Amino acid sequence: MISKALPVIPDGATQRARAAVGFDEKLAAHGLGLRRAGVVETLQVNVGKLCNQACKHCHVDAGPKRTEIMTRETAGQVIAAVRRFRIPTLDITGGAPELNPSFRHLVAEARRAGACVIVRHNLTVMFEPGQDDLPEFFRAHEVEVVSSLPYFLEQQTDAQRGAGVFRKSVEALRRLNAAGYGREGGALKLNLVYNPVGAFLPPSQEAIEKDFKRELLARHGVTFDQLYTITNMPIRRFLEYLRRSGNEERYMRKLIEAFNPATVEGLMCRTLVSVDWTGRLFDCDFNQMLELGVAGELPQTVSDFDPSLFEGREVMTGAHCFGCTAGAGSSCGGAVAVGD
Amino acid sequence: MAYYEEDDLGRFSEVGKHRPDLFEKFMAWYEACQEDGALSRREKALIGLAVAHALQCPYCIDAYSQACLEAGSNMEQMTEAIHMASALRGGASLIHALQAHNSVNKVSM
Repeated sequence: MISKALPVIPDGATQRARAAVGFDEKLAAHGLGLRRAGVVETLQVNVGKLCNQACKHCHVDAGPKRTEIMTRETAGQVIAAVRRFRIPTLDITGGAPELNPSFRHLVAEARRAGACVIVRHNLTVMFEPGQDDLPEFFRAHEVEVVSSLPYFLEQQTDAQRGAGVFRKSVEALRRLNAAGYGREGGALKLNLVYNPVGAFLPPSQEAIEKDFKRELLARHGVTFDQLYTITNMPIRRFLEYLRRSGNEERYMRKLIEAFNPATVEGLMCRTLVSVDWTGRLFDCDFNQMLELGVAGELPQTVSDFDPSLFEGREVMTGAHCFGCTAGAGSSCGGAVAVGD
Repeated sequence: MAYYEEDDLGRFSEVGKHRPDLFEKFMAWYEACQEDGALSRREKALIGLAVAHALQCPYCIDAYSQACLEAGSNMEQMTEAIHMASALRGGASLIHALQAHNSVNKVSM
């Protein structure tokens, strides 16, 4: 294992950030509300908290000692939902999702059902036992790979993700490039994720993407498609860091002051339903980690899932939602108000 | 009471309590200066950081350190900017040695 496990933070309910202003209040002050769009475009499935890394900002609190993992039966229910409702995209995350024994089955069946499959791949898991063929597996199933790399330099990356992670990540990127991923104009998409190494907001996605492309090519000869900038969410392990470092109040004030109403329409919770390792449904992966389920009148588990019931329904919110509406906004696909 | 309080940075707008018209003019100009133009926001943030060090303003150093990070700069780049400011300050002192030379030469045989 690459990193020592950080202490597990036990209770989601007490792990909510404190904010001077309520998120719903802020929306109302701008004449806005937060409701789901007409369609569910993505089912995002968190297949477990087991990970070969234990990153300091991880909102999942994932690590090598976590035992929560989705069973084959629940994975089957996910596949059934994708097939029955023709869900356009299955987005698989964790932990390191590849460490779930049902991972390859889930990918293969979702592809067979016609869904696009995104895997949130941490790069270093490729060097764990039995995982060295991942580039070929991804290619064979035309998986879109999304990988975290918080900065194009070793110091910043290792400070957040653990000693030695940067070098392994670069080697993994080379292997993905060799398999045809991240080549300009190619069909195999390799997108990277930037998130700040500390209590500050991400830079302009467009500007930092140019830096990443230039520096990773010049220094390491690797290429990728897009860079997504993601804001660190004030929950779980990152919230613990904010509290430990005396930054919680300042960070929350920063998020609130940077509230951008133009981000609300593009928030991922409007078109995505999140599934946890037990099959329970949430409005997003962050709500999942706070154990804040979908509205009570909606189906609560993937076995009862019906996307038509989610149309126009209320999204459950909390102070952490300011993380997705600050500046250019933040989602699993990066900034949501680019150019705003 | 300490002369500099970290929280005072967030209270900057209180400066506008007296003659708000002047403060508003200042803020409009200040904010316009930050926008992307012939120079990028990142370049401007690095200039701001350098100037903050030359002025030795703790509020500005705090504000522009954050601005640089949020513009995607790293500590290597920020440190080079700080060295530029420091080198200019050093050079600006050092060139005054010529004033001393002139002064000494004026009264020397």
